[in-house]
Amino acid sequence: MAVVTEQSSVDLREPAGWRRTKNRIATVLMVLSFVVVIIPLGFVLYTVIAKGASVLGWSFLTSQIPPAVVPVGTGGIGPAVAGTLEITALATVMAVPLGVLGAIYLNEYGGNRPLARLIGFMADVMTGVPSIVMGLFIFSIWVLHFGFSGLAGAFALGCLMLPVVIRSSDEMLKLVPDSLREGSYALGATKARVTATVVLPAALPGIVSGALLAIARAAGETAPLLFTILGGLTTVNSNVFSGANTALPLLIFTNATQPYIGAEARGWGAALTLIAIAFILMIAARIVTARFTRYSR
Amino acid sequence: MEQPEDTVTSFRLPEPTAQQERVVPVPAGTPVFEVKDVSIYYGSFRAVANVSLSIYQNEITAFIGSSGSGKTTVLRAFNRMNDLVPGARLEGEIYYRGEPLYGKDVSPIAVRRRIGMVFQKPNPFPKSIYDNVAYGPRINGIRNKSRLNEIVERSLRGAALWDEVKNRLHTSGLSLSGGQAQRLCIARTIAVEPDVVLMDEPASALDPIATGAIEDLMKEIKSQYTIVIVTHNMQQATRVSDRTAFFSVLINPESDVRTGTLVEYDRTAKLFEDPRDDRTKAYVTGRMG
Repeated sequence: MAVVTEQSSVDLREPAGWRRTKNRIATVLMVLSFVVVIIPLGFVLYTVIAKGASVLGWSFLTSQIPPAVVPVGTGGIGPAVAGTLEITALATVMAVPLGVLGAIYLNEYGGNRPLARLIGFMADVMTGVPSIVMGLFIFSIWVLHFGFSGLAGAFALGCLMLPVVIRSSDEMLKLVPDSLREGSYALGATKARVTATVVLPAALPGIVSGALLAIARAAGETAPLLFTILGGLTTVNSNVFSGANTALPLLIFTNATQPYIGAEARGWGAALTLIAIAFILMIAARIVTARFTRYSR
Repeated sequence: MEQPEDTVTSFRLPEPTAQQERVVPVPAGTPVFEVKDVSIYYGSFRAVANVSLSIYQNEITAFIGSSGSGKTTVLRAFNRMNDLVPGARLEGEIYYRGEPLYGKDVSPIAVRRRIGMVFQKPNPFPKSIYDNVAYGPRINGIRNKSRLNEIVERSLRGAALWDEVKNRLHTSGLSLSGGQAQRLCIARTIAVEPDVVLMDEPASALDPIATGAIEDLMKEIKSQYTIVIVTHNMQQATRVSDRTAFFSVLINPESDVRTGTLVEYDRTAKLFEDPRDDRTKAYVTGRMG
């Protein structure tokens, strides 16, 4: 009797052997790579907060930039904050609509036409262009004729953002199932309406995410701004369309090369401000897209 | 399964007019579609060859046949959905209420506003239930709120979904079960008051109860619409349809090219009880396919 139950009982434990070992090795490796990824990220964040948080405050964010020798407590980074916000906003206004429309053309209208293939290829190539080259490009075609300006900086940042926005939006539009398009066509919708009322809303969260990554990257760019907005300002240039301007990455770059403690502290504060701006932007965009996509699940 | 001599001879189909007389023995009602010797190509591949038949008003016409026999392709030709497939081309002529459907001045948009379609897989838009149903009327320019409310309620009632969703019209259309989602798609289709409703295996993803609900619905709404349904389910064809068209695959023995064609078209009772063609007989009695 006992023998019978012994035979019929089923062993549901994980079988020992090479397969179990492989499984454990893979799990350990995954945890390890997660830790390896999180360490530099956490360290960067910790350093920036530790060194930058103490100087942060409303007056720091709004005051004029003092000379480098001035100690902490006087002056701030106001012009750089204003410049970064203005220039990035301008670049976004130029690059995001253009990029999204370009992706719509590629995905919904272009099909396999040579023009669409060419644009897709050029966008891929443009993604690989170093940002400093983009700065030099705007310098030679715009700055040499019209001088330094926030607008020139926005052109350079826009050129950097454009291929990223095109490619990420294109990928998101590709993910929209054709059955949704057909459902709309079957009701007698025109192509424009199918795109505007079904395809775009379905792809919106992904498009916004892609655009945000592009914006955050552009906001942190230094090289293209060196040739286009010059930097080195101490007061706010209220005209973004003309005259030299400044931005947070440039300020960080300048202050990091200074020997003065006050300048260094302001540099850390600017770095923290830049990260905070990107962070706030991400959260705001999530809230906005959540409102738009409350029916997508 | 396939008799070679039969396959070869069926590549030489009778003249279209002769076939027309052969396949529609009982003229009845007003023809909504007249299909005249239609072949449909995807690029150089001929998917469907020499189909001729008539679809009659306020009837349910079922298309049955094995996979690859061209039922869906022919169905999608009725509202020009095949236009969306790159390289798709139609030869022959389809008349819709006497007008050539593939005429030069015909807009596929205008066609689809009159000839709606329900797809095999329920495809509600990622919008609210209300907005799903109101989508079509809004395309047609209806903006008036109370008018839209009225259309949404009437369409959802028509699709036998109203009682289940009336308290949550503003929740997502994707939150519905498979059967409910398909009825939502039917409501969305009838919201624009089409002349014809095309259904491409509308119940193939549904359980028997949901299928029964859809079939009852079809019988209910056929007094207002003309319905063409593609189905793999022969019982479904016998349950709901007035006429049945049996499609089959022709295999060219030399090139192995498979082409769908219409084998027999008749009143449903006649086709299932006393089919004229041996291939139909084999299919409906379950000896083939």
